[in-house]
Amino acid sequence: MSSHYPDPNVPQPETFAFTPEVMEQAKVFIAKYPAGRQRSAVMPLLDLAQRQVGWLSRAAMDYIADLLGMPPIKVYEVATFYTMYRLRPVGKHHVQLCTNISCWLRGSDDVKRAAEEVFGIGFGQSNDEATLEEVECAGACVNAPVAQIGDDYYEDLTYDNAKALFQALKDGKPVTVGSQIGRQTSCPEGGPTTLKGDA
Amino acid sequence: MPKLTIDGIEVEVPAGTTILQAAEQIGIEIPRFCYHERLSIAGNCRMCLVEVQPGPPKPAASCAMPVAEGMTVKTNSPMAVKARKGVMEFLLINHPLDCPICDQGGECDLQDQAVAFGYDRSRYTEQKRAVQDKYMGPLVATEMTRCIQCTRCVRFAQEVAGAPDLGGVNRGEHMEITTYVEKAIGSELSGNLVDLCPVGALTSKPYAFNARPWELKKTESIDVFDAVGSNIRVDARGNEVLRVLPRLNEDVNEEWLGDKSRHAIDGLRRQRLDTPYVRKDGKLVPASWQEAFAAIAAKVKTTSGAKMAAVAGDMADAESMVLLKDLLTALGSRSFDCRQDGAVFDLSNRLSWQFNSGIAGIDEADAILIVGSNPRWEAPVLNARLRKRYLTGKAKFAVIGEATDLTYKVDHLGTGPDALKAVADGSSPFAAVLKAAQKPMIILGMGALTRKDSAAILALASQVVDSCGLVKDGWNGFNVLHTAAARVGGLELGFVPGANGRDLDGILSGAEKGELDFVYLLGADEIDTKRLGKAFVVYQGSHGDAGAMRADVILPGAAYTEKSGTYLNTEGRMQRTARAVFPLGEAKEDWTIIRALSEVLGHTLPQNTLVQVRDRLAAVSPVFDEDTAVPAGKWGAFGVAGAIDAAAFESPVKNYYMTDPISRASRTMAECTEVYVNGNQKRKTGTHG
Ligand code: SF4
Ligand code: FES
Repeated sequence: MSSHYPDPNVPQPETFAFTPEVMEQAKVFIAKYPAGRQRSAVMPLLDLAQRQVGWLSRAAMDYIADLLGMPPIKVYEVATFYTMYRLRPVGKHHVQLCTNISCWLRGSDDVKRAAEEVFGIGFGQSNDEATLEEVECAGACVNAPVAQIGDDYYEDLTYDNAKALFQALKDGKPVTVGSQIGRQTSCPEGGPTTLKGDA
Repeated sequence: MPKLTIDGIEVEVPAGTTILQAAEQIGIEIPRFCYHERLSIAGNCRMCLVEVQPGPPKPAASCAMPVAEGMTVKTNSPMAVKARKGVMEFLLINHPLDCPICDQGGECDLQDQAVAFGYDRSRYTEQKRAVQDKYMGPLVATEMTRCIQCTRCVRFAQEVAGAPDLGGVNRGEHMEITTYVEKAIGSELSGNLVDLCPVGALTSKPYAFNARPWELKKTESIDVFDAVGSNIRVDARGNEVLRVLPRLNEDVNEEWLGDKSRHAIDGLRRQRLDTPYVRKDGKLVPASWQEAFAAIAAKVKTTSGAKMAAVAGDMADAESMVLLKDLLTALGSRSFDCRQDGAVFDLSNRLSWQFNSGIAGIDEADAILIVGSNPRWEAPVLNARLRKRYLTGKAKFAVIGEATDLTYKVDHLGTGPDALKAVADGSSPFAAVLKAAQKPMIILGMGALTRKDSAAILALASQVVDSCGLVKDGWNGFNVLHTAAARVGGLELGFVPGANGRDLDGILSGAEKGELDFVYLLGADEIDTKRLGKAFVVYQGSHGDAGAMRADVILPGAAYTEKSGTYLNTEGRMQRTARAVFPLGEAKEDWTIIRALSEVLGHTLPQNTLVQVRDRLAAVSPVFDEDTAVPAGKWGAFGVAGAIDAAAFESPVKNYYMTDPISRASRTMAECTEVYVNGNQKRKTGTHG
């Protein structure tokens, strides 16, 4: 199951509270909306809560509902609607691999194999190190295949560079974000092919 | 006002009207699921698609599209029909089509409209989705696979009930209507969800698998569980009342009904008195009517009228009260009371006990002060109306009394009479709000009027009326919210102490001291029966509750579903119940019992038919006469100024679900008490039925 759905086997913590630093950030978001419309800040606050502990427990959602003076069910509605909210804990690295047509044609199956070999888990599975998930189009088809790990995109993956990437993450070594073959943003592979010079 | 043409008929409607509403006005019904005239517009079922010109060449959702000048609408063009068929096919894709085992069958919008617009076969061969059922409390059963996500229930809970416990989680194919955490819906109006749900996703738990709608005999009647007098329909099969549904009455209950009124009916089959009883050697033994009457006659013969008294209960009909009063008056008694709680009014002026602005007056009020009442538990339907007014943002609300969650925001001025004093003398800021308002109102509950110092509180309230201008031309904002259905009727026909007569407290202390020998309880169970001392007690009523337990003779009467009885609601509106089923066993309609008894006692009442009894009522007060207009009352100062106890006002209703012999006998209400009052939210396992 995707991390977007709660796991009935994971015990829900009793309480949740923002740390003082996160609370400061939350106040900034809340202050952006006119008085009486604080509930507009629900999405960034959910994100803050998710960043603080890695996932959104019911206690966290209730806490935010209370903070914004809205019925808890309205927070659940938002949190369950957007798939970027995680309603169950994930491993240290949250690896979301796109397997839609562009990525698949460009070898996402190999990337998947690499991830399985390094982390020892398959799609929908999780351990302390990582959570591996299959996702729909990540919107970076030009540089397919693509994996989103945490907040960052890793593109132009092959079996080899993906394996190296995953291993580096696992070992806590530094990695390069973005294209793994040195491509600049979404320019053609290997440099420009047209408009090579000034007109 | 824009003019448009719908199906060739020209119609002019106010700007802002939707196409669907405009069509309704000229009698064209557009099919719909999500649209409901009392809820906000969601526009998500798409069943109401019509063809609109000018506009983009695609069908438009008529429930959400406002009319415009010169529009041409076709509700039945090939495009509209095709679109609707398509919507229906999509809706049925994930609907289980389990009509044969669904309680909604026979009164299901989806079923009806599928017959009208659906195909007779399915082209869908893929997997259907299934959704886990949710727990929504002891009254609402769920079968969520049947849900079509119209979100009516969500909007009702949020808007009308003010209990935003329901929501739609997840999205797309995974969307589910849920409380998310297993939680009963925290509302006294939850039963209405069942009526609103256009499919069989939400059905009535107590009524589950009981009957099909076409087997039921439907009787239009009146609810007597509170003083609102909600209009109801009683559905019975054979001699059993199976369910109660609300009927539309814009002036009273709109189309809602409280959970007790709807679901306490299993109490009509339990604890019933179905045969007369006479106490012999300290034990109540079944007897015949003759024996019971003879026992009463023997006692009456040896008792002087001055030593007799009668107390009428909260569900007594006006017919039996007027006859009982006539009979006891003939015997020489002047001690009557219909106020089991000892409420204080100015008995000479009906304005002092009525909800004078009318319940519909709430829709116009712009400042509302609630004193000593918890309308949420005393009259949930009326509370929904207050909330509706609150949501318009056009009224300010303040409460003096218990600080409870009324489902809308109020200014809590204080808990006791001091706060009322402050309003009366203008020192409370809310006094200015009342003064500035066009249509201010005070709602005085039984929490304020059933105290020892209530006469003084009534005087204080009447002072507020004068100082804040609550009564003016064309507006009377002095409102009393009763808790008993019988109360206003009893007051109107004068079931109150006569000259030198005793009131309730006098009757009880008289009986205690042995000054009274004979007390007739007409369905009176809320009094302290221990105080009846050695008096000979006759109990006439439908249930074996406190009164019957203490009685020396029991005369089995009819419950409100078993007789045609007249009731005045808290506004003084006369309404009548109708007989849906026959009284149980030997029980009889209440007025006939008193009429028969009068003969045995040698004071035969002249009324032989119900019509004659009603003529008698009309003679007593014009309020009981449909044909005579009631002269507008004159406002006067009420109450007697005097010492006031600073103690907080307390609502007499401590448990909404159990207030009377019927609801106390109801298992469903016991379950609700467990969940809502005792807070025992445990979901029962499947084998618990
Ligand atoms: S449960 Fe019924 S009322 Fe609620 S969304 Fe589903 S179909 Fe509509
Ligand atoms: S009734 Fe118009 S979209 Fe549902």
